[in-house]
Amino acid sequence: MDIFLQQLVNGLVLGSIYALVALGYTMVYGILGLINFAHGDICMIGALTALTVAQALTAMGVPAPVALLLAALAAVLVCVALGVSIERVAYRPLRQAPRLAPLITAIGVSILLQYSAALVWGKQYLSMPEIVKPTEFDFAGVHLTDLQVFIFVLACALMAGLLWFIRSSRMGRAMRATEQNPEVAGLMGVDINRVIAFTFVLGSAVGAIAGLMVVLYYGIGHYFMGFMLGLKAFTAAVLGGIGNVGGAMLGGLLLGIIESLASGYIGDLTGGVLGSNYRDIFAFLVLIGVLVLRPSGLMGQHTGDRA
Amino acid sequence: MTRSSILRIASGLALALALASCGKETPPPAKSQAEAPKAPETITVKIGSASPLTGTQAHIGIDIRNGVQLAVEDANAAGVEIGGAKVKFELVSEDDEANPTKAATVAQKLVDAKVAAVVGHFNSGASIPASKVYADGGVPQISPSSTNPDYTLKGFKTTFRVVAHDGQQGPTLAKFAVERLKAKNIAVIDDSTAYGQGLADNFEATVKAAGANVIAREHTTDKDSDFKAILTKIKGKKPDLIMFGGIDPQAGPMVKQMAQLGIKAKYIGGDGMQTPNFIKLAGNSAEGVMASMPGLPKEQMPGGKSFMEKYKAKFNAEVELFAPMGYDAVMVFIDAMKRAGSTDPAKFLPEVGKTKLDGVIGPIAFDDKGDLVNGPITIYVVKGGKWEPLETVGGTAPAGAKPADAPKAEAAAPAAEAKK
Repeated sequence: MDIFLQQLVNGLVLGSIYALVALGYTMVYGILGLINFAHGDICMIGALTALTVAQALTAMGVPAPVALLLAALAAVLVCVALGVSIERVAYRPLRQAPRLAPLITAIGVSILLQYSAALVWGKQYLSMPEIVKPTEFDFAGVHLTDLQVFIFVLACALMAGLLWFIRSSRMGRAMRATEQNPEVAGLMGVDINRVIAFTFVLGSAVGAIAGLMVVLYYGIGHYFMGFMLGLKAFTAAVLGGIGNVGGAMLGGLLLGIIESLASGYIGDLTGGVLGSNYRDIFAFLVLIGVLVLRPSGLMGQHTGDRA
Repeated sequence: MTRSSILRIASGLALALALASCGKETPPPAKSQAEAPKAPETITVKIGSASPLTGTQAHIGIDIRNGVQLAVEDANAAGVEIGGAKVKFELVSEDDEANPTKAATVAQKLVDAKVAAVVGHFNSGASIPASKVYADGGVPQISPSSTNPDYTLKGFKTTFRVVAHDGQQGPTLAKFAVERLKAKNIAVIDDSTAYGQGLADNFEATVKAAGANVIAREHTTDKDSDFKAILTKIKGKKPDLIMFGGIDPQAGPMVKQMAQLGIKAKYIGGDGMQTPNFIKLAGNSAEGVMASMPGLPKEQMPGGKSFMEKYKAKFNAEVELFAPMGYDAVMVFIDAMKRAGSTDPAKFLPEVGKTKLDGVIGPIAFDDKGDLVNGPITIYVVKGGKWEPLETVGGTAPAGAKPADAPKAEAAAPAAEAKK
């Protein structure tokens, strides 16, 4: 039972990171109907930026909380700038083009980001300095670190804040209006370009924080780390119902738990035929399963196809 | 185009990309490095070097390439005469991306470039498919680092290595774990590569034979960085020792995550994690981790000290792992060429097998399979953020002269067997 709970906790922490990244996919999809495949790599850039800043500041002897805050700030700024310029350069000119065109561009941007990062940071695994040494404690038979709690709480707070923002703020209302019908929203005086740019700002900022969490949690960063993270988060977004912000959160948490439990128990269940190295297939089995059985996802409502 | 169809296309692409990434994640190879211009009256002999120069194992591959480059430059500086002609050596370095398919392509490229001999590859998974290409091309190959026993069991006359193989390394580690560390309940993890799995299989077989329990056998991949699920599962079985067959990019985070989960078991592994990089990646959690390394500690190698100084002066970097082996491999080739009086692979190949050379790593001689005779294995421990040699095993039991271990090793490596 302890082990089961521990796996659940592992899954929740992993899932909260997936959920944050999934938000970036789902918000952009909701408004543009575009799968922004570069989003995982934006998170990677955020992660590596935070890692570099943290390394430099720690070397200078800056106190830990300040270093962490500045690293997060740098990551958010870089990612926001990147997200907005990608939208401006790669997606906006293609807004009237067939839907497939921006999808291909997104993949192009993703590859561009990966190998630009490889140029800047090299292809080695980079290690994140242990800014704060995690304190360990046992809670209800589960071994936790304060870092895990911090990640989970911060992720939940961010998600709650985002939900509130979209539900209640003026910009959030404009975002929802644009999502429902961009033309009409435009006629009603909503500045569509600004709303779309803002969506990228939000998504990239949250993605940057998610990237920072990954390097904090695992202690390493790598130019290719955004790829799998992005695919998993995309799967989470589809699982929850792509376009639905609450769904992305639910999907992320669920996917994290599914993965954690699957890799924990697959060996015993299959009598050792499949090991935990087959973990990644679960995410994609989920993706296929959802698309076949319930394409609108857990929380998505079928809106009907728009031409 | 409708929204749901774009979603379907996107998902299809996502899956395709995920599949594609399983095989390959690195860009086109770096251009081979051309060496200094050649003098007209001397003959030029090309020495190939093949190792991963990009990707997650690039630091180890570049280390090997640097060792080879150093040897080539030393030989040129000393001036070598073979069969009456002055010989200038030229390095042709190729990037195999640690990818078995790419390794065979690169091998063919080297054969086509008419290299006289090849130092490579780093990964067992790369060396094994490449060995057939070199054998067909008649080019002698010395791997500085591939430790999978299978590599020299293909019956090729061109295949050699200057490290002890896992048939020796795995059992040595296992005996150390059971006899010295008194481990009773052991968990074994590997990274699903020819190297990692081979090492782990050999380790597991010997541990069982020595009477300890293998309470869990888990697999991860050489691209993963989240091992929490595996480790949690293992934690439930209360091991007192965890053995990992794999490379440092996985070993480092794994040790960190062990600490986060409060697993107090000892951690032990093979040469792939006995690197400075491991300590960097594992941080404070690296303390007390043990790993074996074929050969003597680089400080204790007969030529180790001067080699490390030379290396540092030339590349402004520490020797990572296998640079001395790469260096010696070149020297073995040159020595064989001298004795044969020819730079023609067909002529000097028989001499490679008869090598008796005192290299940087110690005395080098090969058995009839091409394995290093008397390869010593050293166990290291991380102390104060540094790998410190703990004890050296062997230098006594010659490679291939361990009939008791050989059948066990083969029986325990079904994956490797299946490839034959």
